[in-house]
Amino acid sequence: MTLFGYKLPGMSSLILWALIWELVGQSGWTFFIPPLSEVFVTLFNVIGTPAFSKAIYETAYAFLAGVFFAVVIGIPVGILIGKSRLLDELILPWVNIFLSAPLTALVPVLMVLFGFGMKSIIITTTLFAIWIIILNSRAGVKQINRSLVEMARSFGASPLDAFFKIYFWAALPEILGGVRIGVIRAVKGVIIGQLLISIVGFGALFELYSNNFMMSHFWAVLIVLFALAFTLSEFLAYLERRVSYYASSR
Amino acid sequence: MDMSQIKDTLGDAQAVDIDSAVSVRNVSKNYGEVEALRDLSLEFPRGQLTSLLGPSGCGKTTLLKIIAGLLDATSGEIEIDGKKITGPGDDRAFVFQDFALLPWANVMRNVSFGLELRGVAKSEREDIAQKYISNVGLTGFEKAFPHELSGGMRQRVGLARALSVDAQVLLLDEPFSAVDEQNRRKFQEDLLELVRNENKTFIFVTHSIEEAVYVSDQIAILLPRPSRVSEVIRPKEFRSTGVENIRRSKEYLDIVDQIWSSLRNYVE
Repeated sequence: MTLFGYKLPGMSSLILWALIWELVGQSGWTFFIPPLSEVFVTLFNVIGTPAFSKAIYETAYAFLAGVFFAVVIGIPVGILIGKSRLLDELILPWVNIFLSAPLTALVPVLMVLFGFGMKSIIITTTLFAIWIIILNSRAGVKQINRSLVEMARSFGASPLDAFFKIYFWAALPEILGGVRIGVIRAVKGVIIGQLLISIVGFGALFELYSNNFMMSHFWAVLIVLFALAFTLSEFLAYLERRVSYYASSR
Repeated sequence: MDMSQIKDTLGDAQAVDIDSAVSVRNVSKNYGEVEALRDLSLEFPRGQLTSLLGPSGCGKTTLLKIIAGLLDATSGEIEIDGKKITGPGDDRAFVFQDFALLPWANVMRNVSFGLELRGVAKSEREDIAQKYISNVGLTGFEKAFPHELSGGMRQRVGLARALSVDAQVLLLDEPFSAVDEQNRRKFQEDLLELVRNENKTFIFVTHSIEEAVYVSDQIAILLPRPSRVSEVIRPKEFRSTGVENIRRSKEYLDIVDQIWSSLRNYVE
């Protein structure tokens, strides 16, 4: 965007919104929105505290473990159902059901099955992320150029070779797209898990701050969480762009 | 002998006792109710180029893929050097109509990919690939990716990949149809050179009559629904003249005309 002939850098609109936030906060219109400057002051005070370090560790642990399982299970399952008609018929309906199901409603069931600890939170995170990863990996394999598969076969590729040297790479642009959306969903999953299953990590902080009306603390943690999720998502978008040169010519 | 039943219009003498690299014996292929090939038999002489020519839908690509081991015949068998094939093998290499290059890999990796799948060590396969990259005139493009190359250059990569595995039979599925006219002519000349120098057996699928007559030692005309070999033509004289004289030779023009007159009824 250009303004008065100057080219504005990306996301300059955030400055405008930050200003509006600050003004609304300063006006004292509602306790719910403290001035942004106050939020940032709180943010820097909070970041060093042991409670925050513990929260970020617990959240990062559950998040990374959840995403790890979603990726490690989701990509191969997606590729397999993309390749096999039979597996596709068997598994795809479930993937679609879980993709659109309100997973939060399942969390109490998970608590019964897996207890109130970290295990349930990790499983919740995985469940939020995995379906879109499966679906996208499947879509990536579905659009593969048949002659690439024939080429590999004609040169004597084993099924394992074909999997790692053809299918995975051919589906990579879609896979990365799926992982990016999955990661964003996993952020939701981990926080919902931490709010509903056991009050730990960022979930605990949200609970604590909102119950005690510590709104600047609340917003500070939310900003940290948003920044982390945004950075991850942008990193994955960058990887996607790295492979986009061949996405159009497969 | 089967060969004697095939009408051998121009080269009667050679038909008897040829040294076949590839034999197709009574091959049929059905897709459900549809008969794609019926009881098709054909011999491919060693060290020569045989074209499979016919109207679209005549099953020439199907036959090629059966020879490649990519499709199973419903009945009949394919023998290479007297050995029955059961699937793809080291003795054959395929060149694809749409090139089938790995878009995420550079020219070097693409050319050496066949060797990579056969478990050849990296330095060794890159040495071999380098040789064929320069053979097809792509020196300097080793690090380029397929999307940076023209159609003609991409097919040179596909050709180099097929040559680098050193298979004795090369299967080419309309390799020049996605290449522009001028590049196609250059390819056809290069192909003649290859056939002369490489001592491999070439099986070449095309729908262009001129192209088939220009490059072939033997032309098998396939007629559709279901496919069978209607005639086998072996040009005699113009093969020994230089490439620049082929299109002017009377025999070349006669064969082109003759093929067209037998195919024209099948063109909708």
